[in-house]
Amino acid sequence: MNLQLFIPELCLIACAIVVILLDLVIQRKGLLAIVSIAGLVVSAGFTIAMWGGNSQAIFNNMLAVDNFALFFKLLFLGIAALVILASTDYVSKFTRFQGEYYALILLSTLGMMLMAATTELISLYVALELTSISLYVLVGFLKDPKSSEASLKYLLLGAIASAVLLYGMALIFGFTGKTQLGEIAQVIQTMSLSGILDSPGLILGIVLLVAGFGFKIAAVPFQMWVPDVYEGAPTPVTAYLSVASKAAGFAIILRVFYSAFGLPQWLSLDWGLVFAVLAAIGMTVGNVTALPQTNIKRMLGYSSIAQAGYLMVGLAAVGLSPVTDAVGRSAVLFFLASYALTNLGAFTAIIAISNKVNSDLIEDYSGMGKRAPLLALGLTLCLISLIGMPPAAGFIAKFYIFSGAVQHGLLWLVIIAVLNSVISAYYYLRVVKVMWLGKPVSEEKVPSSGALRLALSVSCLGVLLLGIIPGFVMKLAEAAAKIFGF
Amino acid sequence: MDFNYLTTIIFLPVLGAILIAFIPGLSARLIKRIAAIFTLIPLALSVFLFCQFDRSLVVMQFQEKLSWIPAINAHYHLGVDGLSLPLVVLTAFLGFIVVLISWKINLRIREYFAWLLLLEASILGVFCSLDLLLFFIFWEIEVIPMYFLISVWGSGRKEYSAIKYVVYTLFGSAMMLAGILSLYFTTGSLSMIELAEGGLGMVQSIMPAAAIFFLLLTGFAVKLPVVPVHTWLPDAHTDAPTAGSVMLAGALIKMGGYGMIRVCVSIFPQVARDYAPLLVILAVISVLYGAALTLRQTDLKRLIAYSSVSHMGFVLLGVFALGQVSLTGAALQMVSHGLITGLLFAMAGLTIHNVGERDLSKLGGLARQIPIIAVVFSIAGLGGLGMPTTSGFAAEFITFIGSFSSTAFSGMQVCTILAVLGVVLAAGYILWMLQRTFYGPVLEQYNGIKDADGLERVYMSAFIVLIMLVGIYPAIITDIIKLGISPIVGLLGG
Repeated sequence: MNLQLFIPELCLIACAIVVILLDLVIQRKGLLAIVSIAGLVVSAGFTIAMWGGNSQAIFNNMLAVDNFALFFKLLFLGIAALVILASTDYVSKFTRFQGEYYALILLSTLGMMLMAATTELISLYVALELTSISLYVLVGFLKDPKSSEASLKYLLLGAIASAVLLYGMALIFGFTGKTQLGEIAQVIQTMSLSGILDSPGLILGIVLLVAGFGFKIAAVPFQMWVPDVYEGAPTPVTAYLSVASKAAGFAIILRVFYSAFGLPQWLSLDWGLVFAVLAAIGMTVGNVTALPQTNIKRMLGYSSIAQAGYLMVGLAAVGLSPVTDAVGRSAVLFFLASYALTNLGAFTAIIAISNKVNSDLIEDYSGMGKRAPLLALGLTLCLISLIGMPPAAGFIAKFYIFSGAVQHGLLWLVIIAVLNSVISAYYYLRVVKVMWLGKPVSEEKVPSSGALRLALSVSCLGVLLLGIIPGFVMKLAEAAAKIFGF
Repeated sequence: MDFNYLTTIIFLPVLGAILIAFIPGLSARLIKRIAAIFTLIPLALSVFLFCQFDRSLVVMQFQEKLSWIPAINAHYHLGVDGLSLPLVVLTAFLGFIVVLISWKINLRIREYFAWLLLLEASILGVFCSLDLLLFFIFWEIEVIPMYFLISVWGSGRKEYSAIKYVVYTLFGSAMMLAGILSLYFTTGSLSMIELAEGGLGMVQSIMPAAAIFFLLLTGFAVKLPVVPVHTWLPDAHTDAPTAGSVMLAGALIKMGGYGMIRVCVSIFPQVARDYAPLLVILAVISVLYGAALTLRQTDLKRLIAYSSVSHMGFVLLGVFALGQVSLTGAALQMVSHGLITGLLFAMAGLTIHNVGERDLSKLGGLARQIPIIAVVFSIAGLGGLGMPTTSGFAAEFITFIGSFSSTAFSGMQVCTILAVLGVVLAAGYILWMLQRTFYGPVLEQYNGIKDADGLERVYMSAFIVLIMLVGIYPAIITDIIKLGISPIVGLLGG
């Protein structure tokens, strides 16, 4: 076996251990963030070096090293670096466990990297649990009642979702006798139509998989945990959860449904349609429930449910035509990258503002345009991107994902989606309105640290760059999605 | 082409906006000067293009084309023809004038001028784009500056009006986006030129052409606006600051009419023919209903705002009469309405600013106290009701001749005659407005209010010169417009 291909992951493991050990001996805890980011950068360097090669498998075909996995690994590493950058201020307020905080972020990133690479059900489950358990702890890190409640809720619902997922996997294994995604696909393709219809357990297994993954990506009706967890968790963790965990969920859905259930056509048509319906419900429920929210973290929680809906439009397009589809699958990847930058930017601004005003209520953002013009400008840009208006990345991402859907005859879904964007403009712009038109509560400026400013500028520049010259990232996404050719 | 004129014209205001927004410590004077310079140069360049435009060619000129997003075959493609060039000049002109109009602004100056410049840039971008995605992006960018201009510097129920404007526009553009996507997958192209020339060569059939046509039309109809999706307009125009109203009425709503000609009619000539009766009837309704609503307004700005609904009805009539003359008239009407209504809003803003009153029932006799404003306002008003020697007459006359002689469907003549009634109603409301504001007994409480100052006289004169010039010698613009219209008429097979 070629251990070289596993170096990015090994780097992260080493880095996490070093951070925990360093935490015991050093006094200047700020160093921990620097070490963590260094680890992420090194790991990213190795990942980039592998880009473009042929697809290879390691650990007995349990993990794949292909462009798809590498794309997501880079995405997760970038997200983790930005989150750590945005966490430094927040974490320095903790009296204890700073090292553990960074180590847990690194470990959950590791879990997600494995999720993107796994091609086998058992390792998939292990990767998923590594991610989830780290996140359960991170959500409860503040140890105040809200944070603890959020953590417990997340843990309980997450455990149920895992159980459902596991049950689904067991059923699939039972009916196909395989755990390898590729081999499952082969078995299914040799089964006759009546053979599959006679084994409803297989279909049930697939449905349970959708439910289990649906929890991860916050698809309606598995979204109950989102608002509470988003509100209660430490804000940097919320940011992390809202983008990385979601991206990992979509990575694994694409991988599993493409590799194992892509053919025969009528099967993928079925799950394509399931995702289409989930998308329509998700967008609508997310946007409508976001309308009356008064807490910005909660509002972004509902907004992330809606965004998951838009993403599922892409999945539906993939499902309707896995063979000829070229746009849908790379559009999902592009959307995830753009959404990650956008949401991280928004949360970074929120962290900076709440550091000063100690509140997440939208009304307390009143007059932020005066008190912190650059933060407000950054947040405005990110909110515009979330609406999906140019010149921000959100527009191109939506355009791209909707094109895939229109191409495969899902115009009805696209019309629901664009109407939803109009609804969403109302609540996103409400924040903008409060910031620029409201009267400042006090004249005091809102300071922000260098690390936060750096994180915000990187995100905002990324949002603009992806919005104006998206060609480069689109190419990467296409190269990554190409591995699913039939 | 060595020099990228169009890119320069579009992005100089953007550059100006960035400078104004991000250079620390600029004084108010300096901000205004930067804004003036970065709008004056595009104006000069666009006039230069107007002179340089080769009047022997009917193709797009000053084209620039770069590959932009290869994955979806989108290009950064700019160009102007006889249809768009006059609108570019109009927008650049208004963009410069509104900076002068805003000279007295003193609230959050930095943001104000930055948004104003961005607004101008995005409208210019819409008129210059030849790629549907680029067109759509400029179309959408305009929403945000306008939202801020109305909601911060506006008056009355400004926040309500601003969000109403945004929601209406986004609804329209959402439909348009669905239309553009369907069009793209039906034909595999986003280039407006290819689409117009190649017709709907089917790569893949998504949905009937008529459905795509109406998705796109919805977006344009909201902007134009057409009854029944016009209700954002009176609110937005009334509550916007003067410069915002001038830009909105003068340049922004022209995007709707332009889009209808450039996209709906050029790409779907057959569908446009099929549905011409429906749309012409809508136009007549817009003209008459808009005029009827105007008659009962008592707020100075609101009255002018409603008159736009009626006047834009003429544009819709001209467009869907689908003849060479009627389309030329519609395009001229857009330019003319931009000048006349721009001036009307500027004068209304000035009056309201100086007098401090906007309710018609409380105004009166102002001709004695502010004679210059009264004269200019009256000239603009006469233009609005289509007085000969003003551009309003030329434009409406050509439109009516065109639509009366149109063969689009058999009821054209009846519809035209009904629409002409709109002019009579216009005479009613405009003269009534002028009379209520400027004539009648002199009111004492308005003694001593200021008349127009030097700067204001300068831009008033510029407006009047242009209105008269186009009114007396319309060929200066129609000669160019014809070049843009004739290929489209060729597509219609007329």
